[in-house]
Amino acid sequence: MPQVRLTRAVEFSTSLRYWNPDLGEAENRERFGRKANRHGHNYRLEVTLVGEPDPVTGMVIDLKDLQDVIDREVMVRFDHRDLNRDTPYFDKEPPTPENLARVIFRLLHAALPSGLLHGIRLFEDADTSVELSGDSA
Amino acid sequence: MIALTRRYRFPAAHVLRSPALSDADNERVYGKCANPAGHGHDYGLEISVAGDVDPATGQVFARDRLDALVGERVIARFGHALLNEDPAFGACVPTAENIALAIESELAPAIAAERPGAHLLRVRLEETRKNSFETGEAR
Repeated sequence: MPQVRLTRAVEFSTSLRYWNPDLGEAENRERFGRKANRHGHNYRLEVTLVGEPDPVTGMVIDLKDLQDVIDREVMVRFDHRDLNRDTPYFDKEPPTPENLARVIFRLLHAALPSGLLHGIRLFEDADTSVELSGDSA
Repeated sequence: MIALTRRYRFPAAHVLRSPALSDADNERVYGKCANPAGHGHDYGLEISVAGDVDPATGQVFARDRLDALVGERVIARFGHALLNEDPAFGACVPTAENIALAIESELAPAIAAERPGAHLLRVRLEETRKNSFETGEAR
């Protein structure tokens, strides 16, 4: 059977600021500019899986199962949270879309059956996105 | 692989007629796009840059630098212009395919020079909502 890619999209909203606690106020402001102020985004996350459709169900994965994983690993952790205060991932590195995408990729990669996750695409806004694939976690 | 994509837009005019074809063949190949008076589009442009994440900034490529490169090298040049008059299309017809390739060759060296370790991964050009064109690595 040929392989098929399927993509499920979700949206979540967070607050955040780019801030490295090892640096002082002035250096954080110089390095990150206005992003050192607390601000927020509506993120759109596209999760793409790849696999052969099951011969009986015709599905790569039951979409409800995929949604359950996304809810548990992404939505509960990040939606309507503060990335700096409510999550442990951004103590040492700023919550850029690159770094947030790497965290999400690692979480999904660990939670999904082996070999199923093809990649993710994270939109910070309509004009800016980050894509991750392979074993780049 | 990790890549950053930024989306831009620019309006431009063009005429699709090849000097290698007769008038009749131009109209057969290019249809209404061969109108000698020209026509135009609001092009949507997506530029994807791949590379390692800079540990200091958490970024593959600085947004303001990418915006500046695309602004200077693509939008200032092709936006609000008749593409047929640009030297990039002296020897080829400014189809969306050739526009995407011209943008790729204009940006690839500038992006690599700006940040070693980063490279232009893909150019995606939307001519209309129905037609889009990609160079580089497939998504």
